[in-house]
Amino acid sequence: MLSALLILGGIGLVLGGILGWAAIRFRVEDDPLVEKIDAILPQTQCGQCGFPGCKPYAEAIAKGEADINKCPPGGDDGIRRMAELLGVEPKPLGEGLAHKPKSVAVIDENTCIGCTLCIQACPVDAIVGAAKQMHTIIEAQCTGCELCLPPCPVDCISMVVIREEIDSWKWRYPVYMLKQAA
Amino acid sequence: MRDYLLILIGTVFVNNIVMAKMLGLCPFMGVSRKLETAIGMGAATTFVLTLASGASYLIDTYLLGAELSYLRTLSFIVVIAGIVGFTEMFIKKTSPVLFRVLGIYLPLITTNCAVLGIPLLNVQAEHNFVESLFFGMGGAIGFTLVLVLFAAMRERLEAADVPAPFRGTSIALVTAALMSLAFMGFAGLIK
Repeated sequence: MLSALLILGGIGLVLGGILGWAAIRFRVEDDPLVEKIDAILPQTQCGQCGFPGCKPYAEAIAKGEADINKCPPGGDDGIRRMAELLGVEPKPLGEGLAHKPKSVAVIDENTCIGCTLCIQACPVDAIVGAAKQMHTIIEAQCTGCELCLPPCPVDCISMVVIREEIDSWKWRYPVYMLKQAA
Repeated sequence: MRDYLLILIGTVFVNNIVMAKMLGLCPFMGVSRKLETAIGMGAATTFVLTLASGASYLIDTYLLGAELSYLRTLSFIVVIAGIVGFTEMFIKKTSPVLFRVLGIYLPLITTNCAVLGIPLLNVQAEHNFVESLFFGMGGAIGFTLVLVLFAAMRERLEAADVPAPFRGTSIALVTAALMSLAFMGFAGLIK
């Protein structure tokens, strides 16, 4: 009776010790900062920041390899929240990433040859179509990232600015414009 | 050396843990949908099973002995749970991709009856330490082999035109049964 208790208790203690040691020895250093930055980024996966998606950009910011002002879809609001999170001064959107009016891509269906190149480029799967079939863009899904423009061999995709009409008008987020540093 | 080779071949083909002894069927059905997960699961199980057979042999021989043999199943389960926990941390550290692929199935190795079955069979067959290790490794390799073969077949079944009542798990079970029959062909290989 006593030996049974001792033996099972002993096994438990030894295993607990080993697991405790392993938990320290094999700890995975998750960087919680990456998750927080990633949550601020708009998740359009558009690649305009020069990274292959929002998560890699977030990792680069966390490592200090990238600036916080490379994300046009996030806008000034995104930059401001990121600056708050990281405790740095907010700065205006980087060079060549100027504000553009909100727009969606539209395929000229008479010119489209059905090559599927734009489908492969679209980060949000907003283009439907198949090989040698006409493609079209789901307007509601399009983030206006313009990544489908360069691969098109017949230049049949154009960006169309969304005009504000009664059914496309939305409440604006409160945006505080940033002043360009002199 | 010849004995060890015989144990290895015997457990991989003749007394295959899944096909002949019908142990470890839940990971066999659960993880065999994709080839990659099957390979990962097989590797993790091989690691756990080999360690578990060795550790459980040591515990059974040096700690429990004859008079405490009623604690066998209990202590084996505890040891296996500990080893699985260790493996989980190890894989999470060394290969996050594999960790994500295995997901829920990694802690489920604890409840894999093959992992408990092999140490108990070891005791029953009165294997010594090295034989136990080989038996455990052979059983695990057999498990991996069957899992990978079955996963490959199931990937093809996905594309096959299966009659509606047989779709999904039913056709998988029928396939497993046929595979088990095929493995009976190895029966005469080793006495």
